[in-house]
Amino acid sequence: MTDLVSSESRPDLRRSLADGRSLRSSLLTLGAWAVALLAAVPLFSVLYMLVVKGGARLSTALFTELPPAGFEMGGGFGNAILGTVVMVAIASVLSIPLGILAATYLADLGPERRLASAARFLAKVLTGFPSILAGVFIYAAVVLLMGSYSAIAGGIGLAVLMLPTVILTAEESMKMVPRRMKDAAIGMGCTRSQVIWKVVLPTGLPGILTGVILAVARVAGESAPLLFTALFSSYWMETLHEPTASLSILIFNFSSMPFDNQIELAWAASLVLVLIVLVFNLLSRLIGRAKV
Amino acid sequence: MTATLEAVDADFTAEVQAGTIEVAMPPTLAIDCRVDRLYYGDFLAVRDSHLPIEKGKITGFIGPSGCGKSTVLRSLNRMNDMIPSFRLEGYVHFLGSDIYARHVDPVVVRRYIGMVFQQPNPFSMSVFDNVAFGLRLNRYKGDIAGKVEQALRRAALWDEVKNKLKASGLSLSGGQQQRLCIARAIATDPPVLLMDEPCSALDPIATRRIEELMVELKASYTIAMVTHNMQQATRVADNTAFFSVDISQGGRTGYLVEMGETQQIFEAPREQLTKGYLRGEFS
Repeated sequence: MTDLVSSESRPDLRRSLADGRSLRSSLLTLGAWAVALLAAVPLFSVLYMLVVKGGARLSTALFTELPPAGFEMGGGFGNAILGTVVMVAIASVLSIPLGILAATYLADLGPERRLASAARFLAKVLTGFPSILAGVFIYAAVVLLMGSYSAIAGGIGLAVLMLPTVILTAEESMKMVPRRMKDAAIGMGCTRSQVIWKVVLPTGLPGILTGVILAVARVAGESAPLLFTALFSSYWMETLHEPTASLSILIFNFSSMPFDNQIELAWAASLVLVLIVLVFNLLSRLIGRAKV
Repeated sequence: MTATLEAVDADFTAEVQAGTIEVAMPPTLAIDCRVDRLYYGDFLAVRDSHLPIEKGKITGFIGPSGCGKSTVLRSLNRMNDMIPSFRLEGYVHFLGSDIYARHVDPVVVRRYIGMVFQQPNPFSMSVFDNVAFGLRLNRYKGDIAGKVEQALRRAALWDEVKNKLKASGLSLSGGQQQRLCIARAIATDPPVLLMDEPCSALDPIATRRIEELMVELKASYTIAMVTHNMQQATRVADNTAFFSVDISQGGRTGYLVEMGETQQIFEAPREQLTKGYLRGEFS
């Protein structure tokens, strides 16, 4: 039998690159770093391009003026920003209460019931639902019925896309509320709804808000569901029942126009949209980290 | 202190007299519990246990794991109702009312019989809001801040938290959290307090504080406590109930072996089983 480790002499404990294991470990670490950097390249190159091409046109006029027609110079996309905000607000008003109530059922009231597992499965399917189909569906269900493209139809289209995200993230954060906290509430003499209102929802709130904000950020940039529902408009919106402009559709329209002015505006609109989404993402991280 | 107890008694019986809930029970008892059979589905968890719980005293439940002492404790404020397959044959009488009677609302029962759990479980809200929780739940109209201070003082926590009432209850240490839970439970002055191994998650120093606290609290409250720690039972309990587990029928069914004054149970147990358990012999 040969001695693998001799106990007689002083052991050599120094790191040595000549040792195969040590070398492989260093190479793998290096490789992981390189891949991580590579993954960040697309994000940063898009941001860089947007800042370079869209940054030049950033001014207050963008937010206050209407889109230019044809050969007009200048202009902005105030109506598109307003339209996006209004439609995202409609979508939020529809999907957030509905989503949180559904999540309450899934997480707390009947987590084991067949209805719950069916609803959970459908919500998961819906997260991967092609957004263009949401648009077509709302076109058939709302636009044809109301007789016109509208901000309402656009908002409903976005709500369809928001709903599953809200349901699943809210369910997840409500499930994180420890069993013993609910027991404490029951032991204090809370009814079932009081347990939910006074303990489960407040405790899960940071997580729920994170999910809601991420859902908002996601749909704020959606264009497909708005194509068939809100269409576009070059004017300020006056009612919720008329075709309405949005940032994403403006980018879509203007980027294919043969006019330099419009193309510049499309770049600027892209930058504004990305900034809005970025702010929402940062907000969600801040709230998610907040502890009572 | 008995004055407050009686005031609450009168209050409670006034509320429940409307139904057919009234029962006669010995005036020295806060709870008279008789478990003939207690099932989870088909599983017989506890049988043949009669536990009179005296007013103003601490009753300790001891016995090996799985003997059903926690189950019995949780039947006293209908916490077991949370488990759909739970079924009780027997009765639990509380200050003249049968809490398993048909028209009794378990939610109301739990407001009169407070509970402290094994794991400290403060809510994810400020220290103040934790203690005020029950008061607000009961729409208490008086001086909430005063009640909160009083409860925290009684729970021997006031001096440690008076400068951080707005801090999260979860930011306290384990022992402080458990005292916060006790403060939360006593803020509404429930006549009876159930404690399910309240010290098992705590270190010896925190345990000592909670035990001292319990002895002080029994002046105003009736306490029923489950404990794994027999020294704890001798230190704080006035009466002790010893449970054991019967595996002869194939299942594991808990039952009360004997109950009496703590001193008698520990020094002169009537049953061989109790003697053996106290000596550390397990069958």
